[in-house]
Parts: sequence; structure tokens; C-alpha cells
Amino acid sequence: MASLDRVKVLVLGDSGVGKSSLVHLLCQNQVLGNPSWTVGCSVDVRVHDYKEGTPEEKTYYIELWDVGGSVGNASSVKSTRSVFYNSVNGIILVHDLTNKKSSQNLYRWSLEALNKDSSPTGVIVTNGDYDREQFAENPVPLLIIGTKFDQIPENKRNDVLKRTTFLSEDFNSEEINLDCTNPRYFAAGSSNAVKLSRFFDKVRQAASHTSVQSRVHGAHTCIRTCVYEILYTFRSIFSSSL
Amino acid sequence: MSFLVDSVIMFTSQVLFFGFGWLFFMRQLFKDYEVRQYVVQVVFSVTFAFSCTMFELIIFEILGALSSTSRYFHWKLNLYVILLVLIFVVPFYIGYFVVSNIRLLQRQKLLFACVVWFTFMYFFWKLGDPFPILSPKHGILSIEQLISRVGVIGVTLMALLSGFGAVNCPYTYMSYFLRNVTDSDILALERRLLQTMDMIVSKKKRIAMTRRQMYQRGEDQNKQTGFWGMIKSVTSSPPGSESILSTHPNLSLIQQEVDALEELSRQLFLETVDLQATKERIEYSKTFQGKYFNFLGYFFSIYCVWKIFMATINIVFDRVGKTDPVTRGIEITVNYLGIQFDVKFWSQHISFILVGIIIVTSIRGLLITLTKFFYAISSSKSSNVIVLVLAQIMGMYFVSSVLLMRMSMPLEYRTIVTEVLGELQFNFYHRWFDVIFLVSALSSILFLYLAHKQAPEKHMSL
Repeated sequence: MASLDRVKVLVLGDSGVGKSSLVHLLCQNQVLGNPSWTVGCSVDVRVHDYKEGTPEEKTYYIELWDVGGSVGNASSVKSTRSVFYNSVNGIILVHDLTNKKSSQNLYRWSLEALNKDSSPTGVIVTNGDYDREQFAENPVPLLIIGTKFDQIPENKRNDVLKRTTFLSEDFNSEEINLDCTNPRYFAAGSSNAVKLSRFFDKVRQAASHTSVQSRVHGAHTCIRTCVYEILYTFRSIFSSSL
Repeated sequence: MSFLVDSVIMFTSQVLFFGFGWLFFMRQLFKDYEVRQYVVQVVFSVTFAFSCTMFELIIFEILGALSSTSRYFHWKLNLYVILLVLIFVVPFYIGYFVVSNIRLLQRQKLLFACVVWFTFMYFFWKLGDPFPILSPKHGILSIEQLISRVGVIGVTLMALLSGFGAVNCPYTYMSYFLRNVTDSDILALERRLLQTMDMIVSKKKRIAMTRRQMYQRGEDQNKQTGFWGMIKSVTSSPPGSESILSTHPNLSLIQQEVDALEELSRQLFLETVDLQATKERIEYSKTFQGKYFNFLGYFFSIYCVWKIFMATINIVFDRVGKTDPVTRGIEITVNYLGIQFDVKFWSQHISFILVGIIIVTSIRGLLITLTKFFYAISSSKSSNVIVLVLAQIMGMYFVSSVLLMRMSMPLEYRTIVTEVLGELQFNFYHRWFDVIFLVSALSSILFLYLAHKQAPEKHMSL
């Protein structure tokens, strides 16, 4: 039932945004009672039903690697952290909705992770500057999650949501805004759960593509992914309307 | 007329310092946080501005700029304002922000903040009892009471920081203490770290799959019994990780192994960071800048040993230096080396340069230390409180450095400081500084020795 190849998703973000709570919620379906600073990297496993509701449904393990940001930003810490960035199939970027700087730092985090893994997937990066083009062709699927949604006062919610929409457009990815202490946000059938499951399916696909065709990067792969995306979108529309 | 001009000059310089403190706060301290309470930023910049103004007044004293009456007036004004800020404003805001973080006390924030402030004042007042810092002719509400206590706290902080700094500086500069780290060591550690992570992943996969099977089996059982199943499901707890682990002793064993492996992975990560940092330092020491700092390190280690020696002599022989280094240096050159030059002219310039260097290095050193400290311990909830605590430390530090700087200046410039600060027992402060400096330096040597000894043993056992 479980495949032998590994699917690895990084969870990145500033210190204190709620990555450990998020990972615990995703993997154990429970709220983390006593969050403490993550030193190094903590891994957890989520059992995911790939292509749920279709005849090709299969169960896979998705490894969520929660790389802590709290030991500091010295270059020694950065080079040690880069050990965890090998062969990544997807990235979840987490930011704190109450702290603007944490969402600005996401550009830095994504560059740090993508730079390390630049060889087989062919992501071209020019001297560390942010370039919108590269995120458009980026084969590693991204997901932006904003936490501490409950701590924003009612009158500021619209501004914050507008800001996060721009952010997700920049990264060419989906976005989810939630509160990690409330499991209701990922209840089965909710739009968040659908987005999440779609993201993990994309990740699973990216993993199988890199393992089978590790050096091919071109229109061929793009067309296949596009066709699959369209088909899956139709399926999810039908299944959610039932 | 000249008083007006002088006041304008002082005011512009204060605005400049305020702007510098504001920028420092925004760019360095609060780099990763959003400033939501501007009060904190204002208070920090005000403390910084008035502390720097005091240093500026000392420089003006030496240079003879501005008229002496206006200098005296500004000294007094500055001192009153900074004492007001350090004793009333900053502690009150610290109490206020601490109280706002605690959810239970949200209703009566101001009341509890006042309670905290009164406790602070009580302990602050009690601080003066064990020290012989006051002569009996001072009343209870005089300014000397406040300055003396602020001085004690500030001098303790200065001595602690300078004791640790004097020992740590040669330790970090000199490459003699660097352990030998090769690339293969780092690669081996990284490989071990990744292996540990893989083991954790495979064990967690087993736990997850077992949990999922139990959940599915539990659901099937509930579906079969129908009506009775509904009643049963109300009373029985849903399958969470604790109940699963308690019913499956196998799983709890795996969970314990996972916990142990996670602890190991954390340790391996920290060791790898350590080795990477050492490797970078080794590479840095091979560059030209590195060699320069290495040479400076030897120089500083001699200076550090001399300072410890002098502190011991001062305490043992119970003497406080009467003459400042400038006058003594000039005396030596005039008497022993026979070089004749205009003493007054040169003493003014040399003391200006010396005092200027002391001021600049102490401000820069303190700001760098505060920044490092802030990055290490702050989080998004406590950043306001920590910044205010740092502002308090900074203010007390600068006030006491003015107090101690009196000893480094020639007699004619000392009078203004003595006049303004009142009849304090200055000798006591120097003695107290020597004692704390000695204690701090010796304990830092012990601490660094233990840390250095422990590291290669850890490294060897890999």
C-alpha cells in the first residue's frame, strides 16, 4: 500500500510563526498543547490518500520536515540547515498574519531552499535576488499558510487578506489562512482541506517525475502536468458539489 | 544671548541623537518584528538621546565650548530628565507591558502596572542600605539618593560586562584556541544527522499506519453495532494518540525510541553548527584581517592580565588611584624623558582624545552586546518588554560610566562632574568596580576553560 519512494515536503518560516503547531495539526489531527522552540529539524509523517475519490486512489506517506528558524541566522547555522534541503518535493511557507515582516522574509526562505536544490530541476537563480519569472517555472510546488488568523481584529481582516493574496500570486501558489489551535479549519470537505489535498497530490506527482525523469525539464513535462491539473480540477469540482 | 545659542546647539544635537536611536531601533533591533507600540520606540530613543547628551557635555567641558553657566544648567537639566526616565517612565512601561501579556489581568492593566512599579521602587530603595554610599547630611528626598542607587546598579553592570569582555576578547581573537576541524568531520556528522532523521521518519511511518488501521477498525466496529454502537461511541473516547499508545504497548515503545532519537538529532544539529562556526573562524584567521586580529588578541591578553593584576592590587592595598592616566603620562614624559612641552595645551587634547575613545568604544560595545542579547532571547510576544529592559540597562550603564570617567580626567575637568552629581562617595564606586571586575573576570576564565575542555572530548567520542 505504501510506496517505496519518499515524498519530502519542507515547512519553512520565521521563528515563532507556528510551524510546529501546524505540522502537529496536519499529522496527528490534534492541537499541539505545549509548543516550544524547534532546535534543528523535527519530522512528522502524514498519511495521504492520493487522487482521493478516483479509482487510482493510493495511500502515501508524506514527510513534513519542520526546519526550525530559532537558532539564529549566522552563516554556520544556514550551512547546517541546508543539509535538510536535499531532494525536496514540495515547500510549505508559513508566515504569521499578525507580523508583516514574517511574510516579507518568506522570499528569503524560499530562495534559501530552492538555491540548494538547483541541479536536477533546473531552477535558475541570479545572485539571490527575487525574480518573479523563476517562480512561474518552478517545478517544486509551493503552498503559503498564514497562521494566527484568530488574533487579527475584525476590522483589519480585509487588508490582511488582500496582502496575502498578493503574496500567493508572487509565489504562484495557493494560500490558506488559519488558526493552528482550531482543528475545524481542516475539517473534511472544507475548502482548506481540498486545497491541502490538491497540494499534496501535486507534490506526489513532482516526486514521481523527478525520480523517473530526473534530468528532463521541458515542455513535455509541463504539458502533462497541465493536462492532469485540468482533469483533476474537473473531478474535484464534481466531487465537492455532490 | 549666548545661553540661547547654547541651548539651540544642545537641542539640535539631542534631536540628532534621538534620530540615531530611532534608526538603530528600527534597523537593528526590530529587524524581524513589526512595531505596533510606538511608545516603546520613543522611550528607547529618548533614553539613548539623553545618555549621549551627557557624554557630549563632558566633551564640551574638556574643549571649553559653550559658556560654563549654560553647561552647568544643561548638566542639571539632563540629569533630572534621565533620572526621571530611568526611575519613573521605563519601569512603569515594563510593568505595563508585562501585565498586558498575562491574559488574566487584562481588565485592570493600569492598576497592576502601578503595583509593579511600587514593588520596583521598594526594592530600588532597599538597594541603598548595605552600601556606604551616602553621607548623613543628605535628606531623604534629595537627588543624591537616586543617583547613588542608579550608580550602584550601573557600576555592577559595567564591571560584569567589562570583566567578561576583557577575558572573552583575546579568547575569540587568538587562533591559538581554535580546535582543528576538517571537512570530513563535518561531513561525517551531517551524515549521522541525516541517518538519525531517516530512522525517525521510518518509525513515525509505522506509528501513523498503525493508528490509521486502528481508526478504521474502530469505525467498522461502530458501524456494525448500530444503535448500541451510537451509545457506546458517546461514552468511549475517540482514538487519539494517547489512548492508542496505551492500548498498544508496542507503539509506546516505538514512541519512546522516537523521543530518544529526536533528542539525539537536536544534539547532532547543534554540534554541526558548532563545527561549521569553528571551520569558518579557521578560514577567517588565515586572511589578512584574521592575522591582524590574532596579533591584537595577544596585545589584549596582556592588557587583560595587567588589568586583573591592578584590580587585585587596588583591593589588597586599599588604594584608589589619585591621578588620572593623562596627567601621569605627561608627568612621566616630562620628568623622566626630559621632553618639555606645553602641559596645559597637550593635557587638554590628550584627555579629549582619550575620553572620546572611551566614550565611543563603550557606546558601540554596549549597543552590539545589547543587539546580540536581544536576538538570542526575544520572541514576538516579549520583544517590547525586552527592549525596555535593555533601554533601562543602557541608561544606567551610561550614567555610571560618566561617574567612573571622572577618574580618567585631569583635575580641572573633574569639578563639573563632582558639582553636578553631588557629594557622592566616588572612591566607593571605584572600589566596587574593581571587586566586581575581578569576580567577573575570574569566573569568565573558569567558564571558558570548562567550555573549551569539554568540547574536544565531545569531538573525540564521535
